[in-house]
Amino acid sequence: MSKQVTLTIDGKQITAPEGMYVADAAKLAGIDIPVFCHHPKLEPVGMCRMCLVEIGRPVRDRATGQFVMENGAPKIQFMPKLETACTNKVEDGMVVMTQSNKAVEGQRGTLEFLLTSHPLDCPICDKGGECPLQNLTMAHGPGKSRFLYDEKIHLDKMVPLGELIWLDRERCIQCARCIRFQSDIAGDSVIGFDERGRSTQIVSFSDPGFDSVFSGNTSDICPVGALTTADFRFGARPWELDAQASICTQCPVGCNTTLNTRREAKSGGDIVVKRVMPRQNEEVNEIWLCDKGRFAYHYAESRKRLAKPQIRKDDKLVRASWDAATKLAAENFQKAKKNFVILASGRLSNEDLFNLKSLADHSDGKAYLYSDMAGGDLTSLVGVSEGTNFGKMGAGTAIVVIASDLYQEAPIWYLRIKQAAARGATLIVLNARETKLDKYASFVVRYAYGDEVKSVNDLSKKSKIGDAVMKAENLVVLFGSDGLGVSGTASVASACAKLLQETEHIGKPNNGLIGVWQRANDQGAFEMGFEVEEDLSKALKGKAVYIVGADPVTDDPKLAKALEGAEFVAVQDVIETATTEIADVVLPAQAFTEREGTFTSGERRVQRFYPAVPVTGDAKPDFSITSQIARHMGIVLEGTSISAVFDILSVSVKSFEGLNYARLAEVKEQWPIVGRSDLYYGGTTYENKQGMGAHLSTAATRGEKVSIPKVQREAAPRPKENELLAIPVTRLYDRGTTILPAELLHERIGEASISLHPDAAKEMGVEAGQTVNVSFNGVSGEAVVKLDETISVGVALIPRSMGFAIHEPIPAKVK
Amino acid sequence: MSLAKKYPKEVKQILSKYPPEHKRSAVMPLLYLAQREEGYISKAAMQDVAGIVDITETDVAAIVGFYTLYHDKKEGKYRMQVCTDLPCALRGAEQFMDNLCANLGIKVGETTPDGMITLEAVTCLAACDKAPMFQTQGPDGIKYYENMTVDKTMELVEALKKSGTEVK
Amino acid sequence: MEHILLRHRDIPDINTINVYKKSGGFAAFKNAVTKMKPGEVTEVVKNSGLRGRGGAGFPTGMKWAFIDNKNWPHYVVANADESEPGTFKDREIMEGNPFQFLEGVAIASYAVGANVAYIYLRGEFWQVAAFLDEKISEMEKAGFLGEKLFGTDYSLKIYTHLGAGAYICGEETALLESIEGKRGQPRVRPPFPPSYGLYGKPTIVNNVETLTNVPLILANGADWYKSMGTADSAGVKIFSLSGRVRKPGNYELPFGTTFRDLIYKYGGGVQDSRSVKAIMPAGASSSLILVDDDKVLDTPMDYASVRTIGGDLGSASVIVIDDTVSIDWVINKTIHFFRHESCGKCTTCREGTYWMSHLTERIHEGKGSTADVDLLLNVAKQMQGKCLCALGEFSTMAVVTGIERFRKDFDKAVKA
Ligand SMILES: Cc1cc2nc3c(=O)[nH]c(=O)nc-3n(C[C@H](O)[C@H](O)[C@H](O)COP(=O)(O)O)c2cc1C
Ligand code: SF4
Ligand code: FES
Repeated sequence: MSKQVTLTIDGKQITAPEGMYVADAAKLAGIDIPVFCHHPKLEPVGMCRMCLVEIGRPVRDRATGQFVMENGAPKIQFMPKLETACTNKVEDGMVVMTQSNKAVEGQRGTLEFLLTSHPLDCPICDKGGECPLQNLTMAHGPGKSRFLYDEKIHLDKMVPLGELIWLDRERCIQCARCIRFQSDIAGDSVIGFDERGRSTQIVSFSDPGFDSVFSGNTSDICPVGALTTADFRFGARPWELDAQASICTQCPVGCNTTLNTRREAKSGGDIVVKRVMPRQNEEVNEIWLCDKGRFAYHYAESRKRLAKPQIRKDDKLVRASWDAATKLAAENFQKAKKNFVILASGRLSNEDLFNLKSLADHSDGKAYLYSDMAGGDLTSLVGVSEGTNFGKMGAGTAIVVIASDLYQEAPIWYLRIKQAAARGATLIVLNARETKLDKYASFVVRYAYGDEVKSVNDLSKKSKIGDAVMKAENLVVLFGSDGLGVSGTASVASACAKLLQETEHIGKPNNGLIGVWQRANDQGAFEMGFEVEEDLSKALKGKAVYIVGADPVTDDPKLAKALEGAEFVAVQDVIETATTEIADVVLPAQAFTEREGTFTSGERRVQRFYPAVPVTGDAKPDFSITSQIARHMGIVLEGTSISAVFDILSVSVKSFEGLNYARLAEVKEQWPIVGRSDLYYGGTTYENKQGMGAHLSTAATRGEKVSIPKVQREAAPRPKENELLAIPVTRLYDRGTTILPAELLHERIGEASISLHPDAAKEMGVEAGQTVNVSFNGVSGEAVVKLDETISVGVALIPRSMGFAIHEPIPAKVK
Repeated sequence: MSLAKKYPKEVKQILSKYPPEHKRSAVMPLLYLAQREEGYISKAAMQDVAGIVDITETDVAAIVGFYTLYHDKKEGKYRMQVCTDLPCALRGAEQFMDNLCANLGIKVGETTPDGMITLEAVTCLAACDKAPMFQTQGPDGIKYYENMTVDKTMELVEALKKSGTEVK
Repeated sequence: MEHILLRHRDIPDINTINVYKKSGGFAAFKNAVTKMKPGEVTEVVKNSGLRGRGGAGFPTGMKWAFIDNKNWPHYVVANADESEPGTFKDREIMEGNPFQFLEGVAIASYAVGANVAYIYLRGEFWQVAAFLDEKISEMEKAGFLGEKLFGTDYSLKIYTHLGAGAYICGEETALLESIEGKRGQPRVRPPFPPSYGLYGKPTIVNNVETLTNVPLILANGADWYKSMGTADSAGVKIFSLSGRVRKPGNYELPFGTTFRDLIYKYGGGVQDSRSVKAIMPAGASSSLILVDDDKVLDTPMDYASVRTIGGDLGSASVIVIDDTVSIDWVINKTIHFFRHESCGKCTTCREGTYWMSHLTERIHEGKGSTADVDLLLNVAKQMQGKCLCALGEFSTMAVVTGIERFRKDFDKAVKA
């Protein structure tokens, strides 16, 4: 622990860590010094002048360095001017007065200055009710204005900075929290101040406007109602909202969220989610969320929600009872014996996946995870575990990122790794193309697609990078699926696991392997023993298939074909999809907003989510539907209490041993303190009262012998002449089932695209923006050309889930 | 055309003044270069400068917006910036300005119909002992004119109009 | 007396390198680099009593000694922003006697171990910058700048950097931000530039006039310099005289010269033989000194004495206001300046100057009331001691002293 300093604030003796600012130390001690520009996550700038206090320091004898004593106490010398509590660090013997006449007069003065330009339109402001400026004004503000109303400046009130964030110029108090968040924390300096003096205004010149995947956070930390999200603005008053804890389901980071809900006439008097807010978890997402997590929740309230079970009769889906539907499914699965196949996705909770896997195990069936990535068996063995926290990594830690564009695939990891690098961690980025993370890396390695394994192996060779890896005290390796499919990721995972094992970077905190999975709970599925099948169409053909939380028909025409030839198809999902349309039985599942459960993040942290809104129709939670089917098959699986399912799984799945719902609900004390009524620090982030989750153990931490499968070297396929190597890449916003219902994001999702090197485009005679025909492996479609100088001439990047069924690198024709 | 293509020598020379890891420092001189021909900095030019020094367009715009000698709108070919600050005003700068307006037939902040001169009132230019004075900001940079009279100024204006460039 | 700084007034063509060399130029720099340790150079400057001419009057040698020797590289930055209304001395030095200034930059750089120095000129000094660039390359050609100077291991490069119209960039940390390619807004201090300056590295920022003193101090010794001026204000100072005087201009005089001598002896007296009503000794940032008896005019111009009559010498830009001028007009002018130049970073200054400008305008236009005058005074006082940098504090000086010392003018304005 860092050295502690003792000082006095408002007569109260307190201790605080050395290096802490007075404003923060006061907060620790329960004393609220008002602030606007200060935020403990940002470097102090001392510009709003709200935190003015009197500071005295003990006089030291020049010769001895000892305190000079006066009447038995150290002599304190006060500065003639007020000082800012947010820029002065605590010192031993310091005396701070936050409530003296002089200090209060200073604080009131600043408040009055701020209000001279403020519109005071609280009754129509989204922030009203959770606004620090409003609170302070109510508490200390002048009752009457000494400034003439006519002389107030009137500025634009509805300025879209982009399509997601709106600015009210009159309300902005120029504290620059938003600008500093974007430039210092997010690394996207896409909003800034224009002009100067009283004309200073927030602007965005990027294209598209406010081009950052972190933009929503600015509306949280804005201490006034200047920045609001297009999603929530004018949507509700903060005091009408209820808050339920949840976990983001959009990526493997597992950000802790709060779902704000209220009853609303527009929705027929139903309780609906009005917004998604961050919930503090300093070990996962701190107080941030990415925009996908914040805005893509709408699928749960989609008009296409499934409400009743359905059975196919005379080639039409008709309503059925739960009993009839599950019975039909059970009969067919049982009949199929070895030909029973479960295809489930990482959208499901641990409990759902556990029941599904148990069903497969008890019935000779197979359980596959719907994913383009393998390697989860290895993250179970040598993944990260207890005590791991990106937020604490710095000098001494090496972080390797291979084949992943974290900014797009797991934005909050991007943000936290970027900051770890700023604190001194050695960041090594290996990729075939430029990614945003490169800028913060100590080493960047560019390989040709197909050379991924080699580039990992090279890390243990003697070289500057090799030394950095070998000498690191801690080593974390993240692998993704940029240009890789199932077998490719399996090889890369093995190579990475081998590196970690050989360098003894397993089985301890802040060490191990992390998969940048495609869905939120893929790691959970791997823990349950799910496998990934490379040739899914073969695996599904002619089988009795139980598809849970996936839409293969939309994703891939080949899978659609395979399912046409399936014996029987039962589909369990939240909303209607092309796959439910071809099903023999449709089983409506509850959305994550309607039920509880747990997810396992990519960092192998198990976290609970809670019900926030009432159930849609007759939908049931997945684990319970599975248990009902199982019962018809003579297999007993827990189907009523989810915590009971968890208890069972914690006995049978080793990595979950010792965990239970109560443990997952435990909360540690966190800094910054965001929960008090002053709201200053966290903006409107929510205090975590519902649990920070817990890490799973690994084979390595349990002291088991770890054996890593031999690495298969995967060569990328060779395109013929007139062909390019099509490379699957992942983009944050795609046409996936859980994103598309969020209309607000459609502009960012855009159209299906293909990225070419400018030279390749030139040779083919195509230009940026032009539509081309792309065909490979029997599929073809149109895509808009984008140019990317950072890729090699022979490749074409094709985003996943944007209309093309691309799973791995594959030669393609482009016309 | 991009600055780097148009003025390769100047861009290189500007960048050479600053440590390579701090090339952002070059943004101000590059903006002067970008402003040279049109008298203002277009969005495209900001993008261009942003690319050279590797910062965002918004960061560049924030600088253009802060400093008064950068302009983001096209106005007169020459900006005639008369100091009307306290020391000059004590020596008749305000009257000079009024007379100039009358002679040019425009108000402060306006541009002559031929697009040659935009008249502006500015703060102290460090020539207080030589009031009335003004500077011109135009294609050939910034020039001072001190101890001016309205007649001398109108001569300058005529010369500018005739030659299209600054007189010595 | 011969000039020490404005030597071009005595020596024709001293702005050419040959004439400068012939007049003893660069000997001090060469001597320092070849015969003195950096610390010894600093010691001489310290002993000379030289204080900063940028306004704050901070002892120059002491500042140099603060340079953090644990963190490298070091930089020297010459502050040629010269934007204080009423100040026009640095420009004359740079145009008239450029090499002495550049030599001063070079000596300072050697003393603090900097191999790169920047000269930050206000954007309007476009021609001056071009002129200095020429002079710098002449020095490079002549072997006074560049690699391994005078056969030692010491190397030095000097570059000019133009601002673009922002008074605040004269404030040293805003200036550094500006060189870094950012908006010119002041930083939180501490840390101060000698420990955290340009690019976060130890940096010495000095005014042009300050640095121009250095070569002759080194050539003639600290005692020679101290023999001029007064006890607390050693040496000579360039007084920029402007406003209602017959002969405005720069006057290089020893500290301790009286206002009366400056205005009457050198400045030729007040225009139209009116009488002096008020003096602003430090440009627009000044307190308004009330001139109601002879004692004020007979005050010696040095740092300590000016304080006794309710002002600060600052950059010694003496603006003379005669009895035809109403003070409400004066502060309307100064507030407009500060409102225009406020960088907008801190609330106090951004909102305070905006508010004050509305009030002064209303008062000056005859639409104000007595209450407005009281409010104006109150707002100015509410700002005092609460701004992030000195600009905001400066903006209140003329307002507070103007109203307190010339209340009658305001009463008249609100009645009219
Ligand atoms: C608003 C403001 C404007 C300033 N303008 C100038 C200036 O134009 N020139 C200057 O040399 N110092 C100026 N200063 C003072 C500088 O911050 C700094 O103190 C000075 O350059 C130090 O050099 P010196 O010690 O040689 O005086 C200004 C200070 C403030 C607060
Ligand atoms: S928009 Fe909000 S966060 Fe940004 S500067 Fe204005 S008040 Fe501060
Ligand atoms: S100045 Fe301290 S909180 Fe803004």
